Amino acid sequence: MRLEGKVAIVTGAGGGIGKGIVLRLAQEGADVILVDLDQAGAQAVAQEVERTGRRSLVLPTDVSDSTAVGAMVARSLDWGGHIDILVNNAGVELIRPFFEISEGDWDKTIDVNLKGAWLCSQAVAKVMAGAGNGGRIINVGSIMSEMPAPGEPHYAASKGGILMLTKAMALDLAPYDINVNAIGPGVIKNGLSSKGCLSDPESAEKIRAGIPLRRFGKPRDIGNAVVFLSSAEADYVTGVIIYVDGGVILASPWS
Amino acid sequence: MRLTGKVAIITGAGSGIGQASALLFAAEGARVVVVDNAPRGGRETVTQIRRAGGEAIFVETDVSRADAVEKMVRETVETYGGIDILFNNAAVTLPASVVDASEEIWDRTMAIDLKGVFLPSKYAIPHMIAGGGGSIINTASMCGLVASPNQAPYSAAKGGVVALTRQMAIDYAPHGIRVNGIAPSEVRTPMFLGFINRAADPEKKMQELVARIPMGRVAEPEELARVALFLASDESSYITGVTLPVDGGLTAM
Repeated sequence: MRLEGKVAIVTGAGGGIGKGIVLRLAQEGADVILVDLDQAGAQAVAQEVERTGRRSLVLPTDVSDSTAVGAMVARSLDWGGHIDILVNNAGVELIRPFFEISEGDWDKTIDVNLKGAWLCSQAVAKVMAGAGNGGRIINVGSIMSEMPAPGEPHYAASKGGILMLTKAMALDLAPYDINVNAIGPGVIKNGLSSKGCLSDPESAEKIRAGIPLRRFGKPRDIGNAVVFLSSAEADYVTGVIIYVDGGVILASPWS
Repeated sequence: MRLTGKVAIITGAGSGIGQASALLFAAEGARVVVVDNAPRGGRETVTQIRRAGGEAIFVETDVSRADAVEKMVRETVETYGGIDILFNNAAVTLPASVVDASEEIWDRTMAIDLKGVFLPSKYAIPHMIAGGGGSIINTASMCGLVASPNQAPYSAAKGGVVALTRQMAIDYAPHGIRVNGIAPSEVRTPMFLGFINRAADPEKKMQELVARIPMGRVAEPEELARVALFLASDESSYITGVTLPVDGGLTAM
């Protein structure tokens, strides 16, 4: 086990990619705090954590609310005694035709996807720096961190922001031995894309055929990458994004 | 153990990142083909692996020569029955600007650092396809991603490695072969220490280099080996075509 004795906070832990991340962390020995507004979803995942023999705590939190984030981190520290890993995975994806994107859509997307990652990172990094044992922050970006798709400029902007936030925080937090990296999921089954681009079977098949590895990703694929970045294997890795996308981002538009 | 039953070819395995990777891959259950053009280092790696209870053979090979590489691949398949992992790691660094670089320096760098990735891949991939897939890892460099003074041939070759990584990933993904790269910056290897020791004031040179790195230290070869292990293992089974910087935050700037 590669994360024995570690305490991890995972936001957006109540299903999809978050579930895959939580379970892989627990399987490698970490105790996990599950942050999600979907309390029922988070409770169900927490039960699976307990089955691996690890401890879990569910904290329903709006990650875009600084007061709520502060309380969540304080409670996490109290429960775990220390915080070693933060995975900023909470996100929303609101696909709309360009002229129908409202100010509310824009604000919600940026608030949850980008501001939420920032707020949680600042609060947790303060704890990590104070403890002096270093730590790991992993942000969930997207292939849209550098490759936009139609109908979601707000989502693409938030995920592009995640990439730059990752690099910038890596520089600021390197002196505290806190590594900051990102993962860029491609099209993941049971992720946000299930309600988006995969909801229509015909277009889903077209998308699958265009993925170089010819399959959709699984939440476990993302969980594996999070374990790698959380473990001693990635001691010298900081400020990078790892695309876990079956090669989607490689393809030139004419391939 | 994360590579049980796998057969791994590692080039440049007689020292540095390649040697650390050979030891780690073997400890994780792989049967390792140690490839190097220097017999002393290559044999030493095999001795260390066997002493630790692992399995390995040494095949002395110049990775820039097609006949030698073809023979090495054949010997691998005859000995171990197939190829699951190919780690193209052999390289030379001969610092020079374009004006200062002799044609010989340019040709030698391209031959080992870029053609030395092409040839082992060319001969190993058909065996990977026959075996149902595989994982190729290429050692690129920070120099393949950003400019570094007086590294014209090396940067050009390593930039080529980054592009070749993407290209092979696209071409062989349908066959279940994943191709990824690692991009180190400064790693405490014999190659790097040689570069430092050639400086007028080696200690000052080292301090200058370290001061630029956000993490404030150079990497150990084992740290690169551990990243290569992740890319070699099935845990990265949905990752292909990436070149992953392992550089203490240097290229994040």
